[in-house]
This record gives sequence, C-alpha cells and structure tokens, in this order.
Amino acid sequence: MEVVQIQRNLVDYTKSLFMEGFLDGQFLQLQQLQDESNPDFVAEVVSLFFDDSQKLLNELTIALDQPIVDFKKVDAHVHQLKGSSSSIGAQKVKNACIAFRNFCEVQNIEGCLTCLQQVKLEYYLAKNKFETLFRLEQQIVASGGSIPMIEMGF
Amino acid sequence: MAVNGAVTWLRRTEEIDGYDLSASDSEEVHVLAVDDSLVDRKVIERLLKITSCKVTAVDSGRRALQFLGLDEEKEANGFDGLKVDLIITDYCMPGMTGYELMKKVKESSAFREIPVVIMSSENVVARIDRCLEEGAEDFIVKPVKLSDVKRIIDYMATYFREGEERRGGINKRKIRDEGDDRSSSSPLSTLWSSSSSSSLPTAPCSPSTLDSPTRSLKMTCFEEHIFTDKN
Repeated sequence: MEVVQIQRNLVDYTKSLFMEGFLDGQFLQLQQLQDESNPDFVAEVVSLFFDDSQKLLNELTIALDQPIVDFKKVDAHVHQLKGSSSSIGAQKVKNACIAFRNFCEVQNIEGCLTCLQQVKLEYYLAKNKFETLFRLEQQIVASGGSIPMIEMGF
Repeated sequence: MAVNGAVTWLRRTEEIDGYDLSASDSEEVHVLAVDDSLVDRKVIERLLKITSCKVTAVDSGRRALQFLGLDEEKEANGFDGLKVDLIITDYCMPGMTGYELMKKVKESSAFREIPVVIMSSENVVARIDRCLEEGAEDFIVKPVKLSDVKRIIDYMATYFREGEERRGGINKRKIRDEGDDRSSSSPLSTLWSSSSSSSLPTAPCSPSTLDSPTRSLKMTCFEEHIFTDKN
C-alpha cells in the first residue's frame, strides 16, 4: 500500500475515534507535545496508561471482591484511573470512571460491580483503538512517510 | 547571571540593596513538579520542558520536601546548585496533599517565596479558594494543557522581570508582608492591581484574557456549575 493511502487511513481512523467519543481534545494536546526530539511521546504516555490502568483494574477487582468492601479505597483507585484516562484523552474510559465514582459515593456494591465491568470494557476497547492507531503510524514511518497532523477544528 | 544557579528571579525581587542588574534573564526556570500519577508526571514534565523549563518530577509531597531540604527526618540531599523557581503540585495525593505541601513550603522562611501552583481534576470552588487564600499562585483544573503551562511561565517571567526593573517598587510579596488583608482579596487580585504588565489585559474578548488565571477560574466555577463544600 502506498504511504499516502496509509496516511489517509490514519487520518480517517483518528477522526472516527473523535467522532465516536473514544478520544477527546486532550489527545490532541498530547500530539502537540510530540516532535522530532520526542517522536514516541504519545505512544510512551499511552503505554504508561495501559500499565497503570491494568494494575488499577486488578486492584479494583480485588477490592470489590472483599467480604467488606472499603469504598474509600475503591474510590481512590477509580479517581486515579479517571485522572490518567483524562490526561491522555481516553474519554469513554474517563466517563465510565465518573459513573463508577457515583456508585462508590453511595456505597452501592452492585452498581460498583457493574461499573467495574463497564470500565474494563471501555479500557480494552480503548487499548485496541490505540494499538491500531500506533500500528498505522509505525507503517507510515517504516515506509519513510511522516505522520499527518489532524486538524479537528473544535 | 550567576553560573551556579544561586540567583533566581525570586531572590532578585527580595534583594533591594546591592542589586546586580548585569544578570541576564536567559537562565532556565527550574520547576519542581509533584504528582503521584506516573502518567501525569510524564505529561507535566514534557509540558514544562517544551516551555523551556528545567524539571524535577517527584511522586509525593514528602519527596518534594526532601528535595528542597525541608524534610525533618532526612538531611538536605545536597542539590544546592539547583534552586527551585516554581513548584507545581497535584492536590489529591496519598500521604500529603498538595495543599499540605504548599503550607509547609509557605511556613519555611527559606522557601516561602517560591510560587506554588496547584493542579486538580476536582473543580471545587471551596478548594480553589482555600488554595489561593493559603498562597497558591494559581490553580489549574486538570487535564493540564499547554496553554495552562505557557500562561503560568509567561506570567511569572513578566511579573518577576518587572519586579527587577522596579527595584524596590511595590510587589506582591511586599504587599503581603505589610499585612495586607489576605482574606478580603485573593492573591491573584492583589497581583492584578499591582502589576502593570501588559500581558494581563482586561478586555473581555481578548484571547489572552481567556487564558488568564482569573478568567479561567470564572469559567470553571460558573460553567461547570459546581458549588459544593465537599473537599
């Protein structure tokens, strides 16, 4: 496939992620921070997010599985996850965390369990989308092309 | 400019006598960034570096105090050559909150002049007010954007550069020291009235006003519609 075509695919794919609400403006902020001196910045931050989130999701699963649930602890973990997803622009994950915190506040265990499932789902979807995005970028770079900047006109 | 980094913008505003005007302003700002989130630390570090700052990023208030040499339990770790020009800290952190860290910094005679900026994902009016009243220079609602960081760095550069030029004229610190009533006016409003900087316009539609601290506070307080005493 020609580089131009892959670049077009990347632009379309990225735009679709915004349209579908997977990404918000904060992701564009991160892209602004990437340049020749830091060409992998976005991928590195997103990778940190994956590792961090995986740990948090594991902690949440354990915490909600206790005979007596420590809602403060659960809320603290969700707060962290909400923060980091917000920092990279992973909008759906962030929104799922917001809903989750509401159930923590009223100490509703069923609600929390449902939310945990939802957050996990959104996390895996986001992970998938990002991986596709970075794969497209890698293909472009490998073919000697440059990564196109997305103009969103927000 | 002192090569060993001992002279910072802040110290210059305090030294009225024997003031050395030959110093240039090309030295990098050294920012101490404090955040328990690894993702956020990486982002803030990059945001600051791209605005030409030197950055030291730590993961807790305790480590921040250790770096400054304020931790009672450990001795100063010998970073004498790297004075801190600005502290930017997350509010919600386990152990010591950003607010508590700021209080400790403001209580220390050696470091209380260092401006402290607080970041938080929680947009709570009471929290913002409390931080500003305690002496925070500014409050950023997360996620942090490049424009937030640029605004703070530009604003500090302009403000402190003017402080040098005025050489003993009124500055924010002096107003505070003279017993200005802090509870009736936020430090930001004191700053607005004393600063003649042209980078702080009052025209409502000007783009830089939209980025100004007061404007961004007003936007977040009213547009987010959160009025709660919950901390």
